[in-house]
Amino acid sequence: MEQTLILTGAQAAAEAARLSRVQVVAAYPITPQSKIPETLSGYVEQGALKAEFVRVESEHSAMGVCIAASIAGARAFTATASNGLAYMHEQLHWAAGSRLPIVMPVANRGVGAPWTILNDCQDTISQRDTGWMQFYCMNNQEVLDLVIVAFKAAEKLLIPCMVCFDGFLLSHTYMPVAVPGQKEVDVFLPPYVPFHTMDGDNPVNINPVVTSEPIPDPDGVLSPGYIGFRHRLQKSHEGALPVIRQAGREFGQVFGRSYEDPLFGYRAEDADFVFVAMGAIAGEACEAVDALRQEGVKAGVIALRIYRPFPALELYQALRHRRVVGVIEKAISYGYEGALASELKAAFYGKGGPMPLISNYIAGLGGKELPTADLVEAARQSITAAQNGVVPEGAQWIGC
Amino acid sequence: MNAATTQKHPLDGMLRTDRIPHIWCPGCGIGTVFSSSLIAISSMGTDPMKTAVVSGIGCSGRGAGYVNLDSYHTTHGRAIPFATGMKLANPELTVVVFSGDGDLFAIGGNHFIHAARRNMDLTVICVNNLNYGMTGGQAAATTPHLAKTSTTQRGNPEGPFNLPLLAYACGATFIARWTMLHTRDLTQSISEALTHTGFSFIEVLAPCPTGYGRKNKLKNSDLLKVYQEKAIIKNGANPAETILDMEQGITLGKFVEYDRPTYADNYKSVNCD
Ligand SMILES: Cc1ncc(C[n+]2csc(CCOP(=O)(O)OP(=O)(O)O)c2C)c(N)n1
Ligand code: SF4
Ligand SMILES: [Mg+2]
Repeated sequence: MEQTLILTGAQAAAEAARLSRVQVVAAYPITPQSKIPETLSGYVEQGALKAEFVRVESEHSAMGVCIAASIAGARAFTATASNGLAYMHEQLHWAAGSRLPIVMPVANRGVGAPWTILNDCQDTISQRDTGWMQFYCMNNQEVLDLVIVAFKAAEKLLIPCMVCFDGFLLSHTYMPVAVPGQKEVDVFLPPYVPFHTMDGDNPVNINPVVTSEPIPDPDGVLSPGYIGFRHRLQKSHEGALPVIRQAGREFGQVFGRSYEDPLFGYRAEDADFVFVAMGAIAGEACEAVDALRQEGVKAGVIALRIYRPFPALELYQALRHRRVVGVIEKAISYGYEGALASELKAAFYGKGGPMPLISNYIAGLGGKELPTADLVEAARQSITAAQNGVVPEGAQWIGC
Repeated sequence: MNAATTQKHPLDGMLRTDRIPHIWCPGCGIGTVFSSSLIAISSMGTDPMKTAVVSGIGCSGRGAGYVNLDSYHTTHGRAIPFATGMKLANPELTVVVFSGDGDLFAIGGNHFIHAARRNMDLTVICVNNLNYGMTGGQAAATTPHLAKTSTTQRGNPEGPFNLPLLAYACGATFIARWTMLHTRDLTQSISEALTHTGFSFIEVLAPCPTGYGRKNKLKNSDLLKVYQEKAIIKNGANPAETILDMEQGITLGKFVEYDRPTYADNYKSVNCD
């Protein structure tokens, strides 16, 4: 039976793990993630969750335990943030390369140096190319729902998934969250059936060294070379969106909240100017849109819930007839611009036909306040420049 | 308090007073360990400017930010490699590592054992408050068996390291353990460790009333009483026989001091200048 509770984002992530009946949790504390392992260790102790909770000595070990647990056939879960995620980097590649459906919420936080405990998305954006899927949440309901959807999709695709949500803005902020009943979740997410399990009668050697060329395995079956494995992972990513959409649609059928659409739109139907964003900053953009609408500007928001695999076609279709798009990001690809802005522009390449002018705003790094007025001003700046057929060149930093 | 009535603390010269008030909670033991360290450094008789302090991350790790010397606040667990680099680049420096139990023995444990093995000429001061204080009092590699923390609400199923024994087994050449209540002995040990050539390790028990204390229903004064009543001072004790048990006793003292070639000595013996 669904129940509405007042939960922080961290609690919502922990509830989702409990409802997903995760079997192994290995985690190392880091602000603003700590409440997730704290809550789950309590559930394990009370018997509310039948799982092994491993109090590992670092994030690198946390992912190591999850990888091994997943290989052994268990549904594995961890959570981290910031430098903890950075420290996991080697194991992130390893999990994706091993095709293990681990799900990991990340309570987004800036990465040192210098140290900050406050929010931005540099931590997860910096892990973009590890082969993991990445979902981004706008509120605590999405945190809970998308963790469950992530397990469903990851286990079909054999690709691990990060569920990213803004530290403090979501992780520590209480919101009403509809918490589904266990029975319903069990129907949506049946027990994990691993692709293969460890079996003493049939010993296997996992992740041997491969060469650059395909070679026959001990059974004579031709096994890909290194590039072949990489290509398979990419192919799976290329085919992943329909699977995620299907999982999101089924979730909607059971729980009434559909995540079929990788994008979320706010007042976007008739908008000439559209903010594109991910995570909690998209919510802030909605407020700026309300203010712009009051001034008579036809503004809207399109937020990405799914960043990897990148919904390029969906973005192209949603944005091609707009005049101006302002991409707001809480991360930067140093030496160029925000990664999302670059990727969005690439989504239009070679398509011909109309496309919007695309400007890029970097904001909110390390918890920097982003007043609605600044977003409104950014939109005006882009709209004014667009009257002459241009937008501000390069990444524009708000609040610096 | 206005400036006219603010009294100068004798250690003000060693502090970045612009960073005060510090973050440490009322009743926290870190400040006392920090003071002892500063007193020992300032009484060394050498130029304090030739001393550098390196910390990892945690409440204890904030020490590096408050000391008015060259100091480095590194990433979590990496204080010892940073300190190693500093010492090798500038062998004239006295390099002090001031950090927490979690930082030095959980995420950074690997570096500790290797620096001790090499007999790197460093002084490592570990504030052991039996948990990860900064992140909210979770179980660490030093949390006593069955102790309650925010990730072991029914009691810790694991056992802790015996840190002096670990240090000894890895090759540390100066090893002491005190509590923050034994301030004079502690300051004395830190002074000796600073002048000792080789890898020196001092474990200091200190209360974390906000994390460990609250979870284990220990009032601010309770742990201090344990420190006082359960202390077994035994200089020269065999590290394998030292205990840290809130009921049976806590062995304190300077346990080990001997000389063997340091990393730099050994390095010189095989490399041309
Ligand atoms: C890679 C990484 N993981 C986790 C953290 C979060 N973190 C900050 S301090 C800390 C524990 C500190 O414990 P300890 O060293 O015992 O210091 P105390 O706060 O108890 O003095 C943790 C886990 C981090 N900063 N970086
Ligand atoms: S949380 Fe614990 S260790 Fe940190 S300052 Fe407070 S009392 Fe000290
Ligand atoms: Mg500690």
